[in-house]
Amino acid sequence: MTGAEGMRFVDEFRDPGIARTLVKRIDALAGGGSFKFMEVCGGHTHTIYQHGLHAILPDAIDLVHGPGCPVCVIPMGRVDDAIAIARTDGVIFTTYGDMMRVPGGDGSLLDAKADGADVRFVYSPLDALRIATENPDREVVFFAIGFETTTPSTAVTLLRAKAEGIDNFSVFCNHVTILPAIKAILDSPDMRLEGFVGPGHVSTIIGTKPYWWIPERYDKPVVISGFEPIDVLQSVLMLLEQIVEGRREVENQYGRVVREEGNPRALEAIHRTMELRPQFEWRGLGFISRSALKLRPELADFDAEVRFDVPGVRVADPKSCQCGEVLKGVIKPWECRVFGTACTPETPIGTCMVSSEGACAAYYNYGRYALREEAARARKGATA
Amino acid sequence: MCLGIPGRVVSIEDEARHIAKVDVSGVKRNVNVGLVLPDGLDVGDWVLIHVGFAISKIDEEEAEATLGFLREMGEMFDQELDDYRSSGIA
Ligand code: SF4
Repeated sequence: MTGAEGMRFVDEFRDPGIARTLVKRIDALAGGGSFKFMEVCGGHTHTIYQHGLHAILPDAIDLVHGPGCPVCVIPMGRVDDAIAIARTDGVIFTTYGDMMRVPGGDGSLLDAKADGADVRFVYSPLDALRIATENPDREVVFFAIGFETTTPSTAVTLLRAKAEGIDNFSVFCNHVTILPAIKAILDSPDMRLEGFVGPGHVSTIIGTKPYWWIPERYDKPVVISGFEPIDVLQSVLMLLEQIVEGRREVENQYGRVVREEGNPRALEAIHRTMELRPQFEWRGLGFISRSALKLRPELADFDAEVRFDVPGVRVADPKSCQCGEVLKGVIKPWECRVFGTACTPETPIGTCMVSSEGACAAYYNYGRYALREEAARARKGATA
Repeated sequence: MCLGIPGRVVSIEDEARHIAKVDVSGVKRNVNVGLVLPDGLDVGDWVLIHVGFAISKIDEEEAEATLGFLREMGEMFDQELDDYRSSGIA
């Protein structure tokens, strides 16, 4: 639904002229074809729904949402492990706010807090470290989650804890790496994708080189993208241009922030503190080999999994939740049976509804676009 | 937690620990700037901040554009600013 209906959203853009030109060129190149592109990063998912890009783009372009929402991919069992640590006597358990409401097999960290566990929100791992220095007689644990964007922060905090001998501080490490997840999706038989809108801030850290196996081995284009609506539109156009011109490359639309070599200092900090786990469970995607990090043995003193009893029990996702399908881009959020009824941001059943970067929450929060889109579809259907 | 927010370096607070004070939309808090030091860092420079760490230097034009875009997010940006305000990195 290009033309009048979708284009009306464009008027709300800061630069409607550029957006209009981009959409026209996308429309011309896409023609009557059909192109499925995955935006890997939850930040892009948010932009797409907030600005109604899915409605602005022609029907030939289908944007499917990827697994790049850090909160969404943490399996329930790990939430239960976190709660078990948080309930240990003498522990102050620190976490990013988003993780508080994520349901485990038996409640969330917020529930554990209500039950008397000392769970505290922190903005940064360095805030967790400060809490440790302020409470020398308590054990302070930081719940580390996130992709390569967040991992260096945990790494640098660990290096400082070690250098300063802050020995009542430890990290429950759940850092994941995006590339093995992309590979798992490419290898999954129910997924047919023509290309990837690559994550912007992850690439700020890892650079553009680690993506080259995608065009080389899977013959798919990658365009690393910024977060503004114009950035995403331009990235879609760049993907189409590659396909039409028969090129398969990693291109960088977000060159104003992302460099080819990434941030070498950040990579070094990760390398000094963490190593790959043989495998790690992702919510919805199952076990993916070499897809997550744990602390190096040299840092065992700061490793919560070494210092505390972690149950490590696998908990199956609730049956009604289709987060796995959403995270793989197999279904759209609104195709889940409980979307917007039993599952809402106030009472999330799955993680995709908890984080504002989760596809279900983003779609729910910006439903006004969805409704207008549905209306337009219905009208179109009626006149067809 | 996943938003990268632009801020302007106000002062260098602790050279050894790579801590600088950074102003985000009027809120000034300490941030670790060690990851961008190889590029050189001066008072007045703009950086992109993620969970209390500067992950990249950006120019003023990019900073303004990103701030404009984030403000359009409304509640989500307010939340991020509140989180930043709550930080007490030393
Ligand atoms: S709507 Fe809720 S239950 Fe359905 S996939 Fe999304 S998060 Fe899971």
